[in-house]
Amino acid sequence: MTQDHATAGEGRFPPTRFSVIEAVQSPDGAERQRALETLCAAYWKPVYKYVRLRWNRTAPDAQDLTQGFFAELLERELLKRFDPAKSRLRTYLRLCADSFVMNEDKAARRQKRGGKLPHLALDFTAAEEELGSATVDPASLASAESVEEFFEKEWVRSLFALAVEDLRKLCLANERERTFHLFEAYDLQDDDQVSYERLASEFGIAITDVTNALAWARREFRKIALERLREICGSDEEFQREAKAAFGWESP
Amino acid sequence: MRFLSDKALTRLRDGAELPDLAGTRYRLLGQVARGGMGVVYAAQDETLQRRVALKVLEVPGEESDLANRLIREARVLALLEHPGIVPVHDVGTLADGRVFYTMKFVEGRRLDQYIASVASVPDRLRVFLRICDAVAFAHDRAVLHRDLKPANVMVGPFGEVLVMDWGLAKILAREDNSAVADDGEAEATFLQTETAPAPGDSPTRISAITGHGTIMGTPGYMSPEQARGEVQALDARSDIFSLGAMLRFLVTKDSGVSPAAVTRPDRSLEAICSKATSSDPAQRYQTVQQLALDLSRYLDGLAVAAHRESLLEKSLRFYRRYRFFILLILAYLVMRMLLLIFLKR
Repeated sequence: MTQDHATAGEGRFPPTRFSVIEAVQSPDGAERQRALETLCAAYWKPVYKYVRLRWNRTAPDAQDLTQGFFAELLERELLKRFDPAKSRLRTYLRLCADSFVMNEDKAARRQKRGGKLPHLALDFTAAEEELGSATVDPASLASAESVEEFFEKEWVRSLFALAVEDLRKLCLANERERTFHLFEAYDLQDDDQVSYERLASEFGIAITDVTNALAWARREFRKIALERLREICGSDEEFQREAKAAFGWESP
Repeated sequence: MRFLSDKALTRLRDGAELPDLAGTRYRLLGQVARGGMGVVYAAQDETLQRRVALKVLEVPGEESDLANRLIREARVLALLEHPGIVPVHDVGTLADGRVFYTMKFVEGRRLDQYIASVASVPDRLRVFLRICDAVAFAHDRAVLHRDLKPANVMVGPFGEVLVMDWGLAKILAREDNSAVADDGEAEATFLQTETAPAPGDSPTRISAITGHGTIMGTPGYMSPEQARGEVQALDARSDIFSLGAMLRFLVTKDSGVSPAAVTRPDRSLEAICSKATSSDPAQRYQTVQQLALDLSRYLDGLAVAAHRESLLEKSLRFYRRYRFFILLILAYLVMRMLLLIFLKR
């Protein structure tokens, strides 16, 4: 199973109060595994791209480090040390990644770990393609602010991409494929010329139908993204803060 | 999994931000303002055919601290039926799970923007007295505003003055007031999120947990006891401090129309500001009515309680108050003297 498919399941969404921070410490192995998958789904791409650009590592090296980082997260129970009152989870993970990369020359340790822990199936090819299509200059990640900004942006991209995938599955399960296609055409494409009128004409439906379909899709997208976000936050306060950051609601 | 471009991220954010008004009587018109608690939109009430302001949280959930606070704000507004306080119409939860309430759509300008066009200090003071009326009414209903500042006052096109943003209001314990409980304010752990400073506004709100409670308010306008997070110790005098800070802003802020018109306030006015903003609550005006009375006396050219005048100041004030009669008598005396001199020749 790749992490792209490590979603909450077809048409099923996690309970509102499920949190990976708690679940990763659960005595239940299956629960712990699910928590790690949830965490990986949201963070592996940001971590991978971060290691590639911020630490200027080659693709194979960054892949190894990303795998190693999530394995270490579980092995050393790093999430137990996370305190939502002190920082955001994503900042904590980024700092953990920094620390991990700095110690990456301890190859023996990585080899030992590799034998014991599950290898995560991550789609690094897709991540490389995404990096190729982006125009990020590694030199622009010199300051702490720019690093934080980059990591946040990639984290939002990852979160939203997972939510879009969940939405697609939801539409499929509810026989609303056309709704998803409309959403895809209007909200996910870079085409500036797209309009409700044009979509109505292309799909052979009334403009009000386009309006209603998009309103439904956006509402569901928002709900799904927030549920996913709630999963990876340690507290309600952190969830509120991260929701504002993810959706750009933070005061300028 | 699909790669989302920066443009797609922006579109998704924009699309997800708008409140879902499906199933309500409201139609969205546009965003008006964004604050620490949520976003205010202009909306059309399709049933009553009127424009309303719709305040909605950004994040869904009826159980969160912010949701509780927004609902409480609506209930506080419902409790305060006064011409100087914006009336609430409706409260509820939208289809997208976000808590909202609607209130009167106030057309006008914020006080800090309004005074840019009002050069006369007495005119500004008359506006201030109307703010005092609204705050005094709230205090009478055992409600503290806790975030009084020019940006939270609107002045309408017909001169109506409305005190807005009761999101930080505190209901004081009172035996005969059970309409709105204060939900254990002293134990609050809610962190007020930062609010963007508007042009000409004071710096953003700050927040921190203290041993007593949560610090909420605006630096420069919140009382020292509020800044220390002494939630239990807050009473009407805390709002009086904020009113004093607003008064100082009103009498010292230059007007865009005539920058030279507003200068350093005279001693009586300065004394009123200083008394209202004393760091010791016991040294402040004890009620808003006392502050308003002193200010009214100042406007009428009478002695104010906040300032003990010297003989010269008393004479000058007497002269200013009765200038017309004094000049009339002087003119009469001069004429009389000239007449006598003329007759002696």
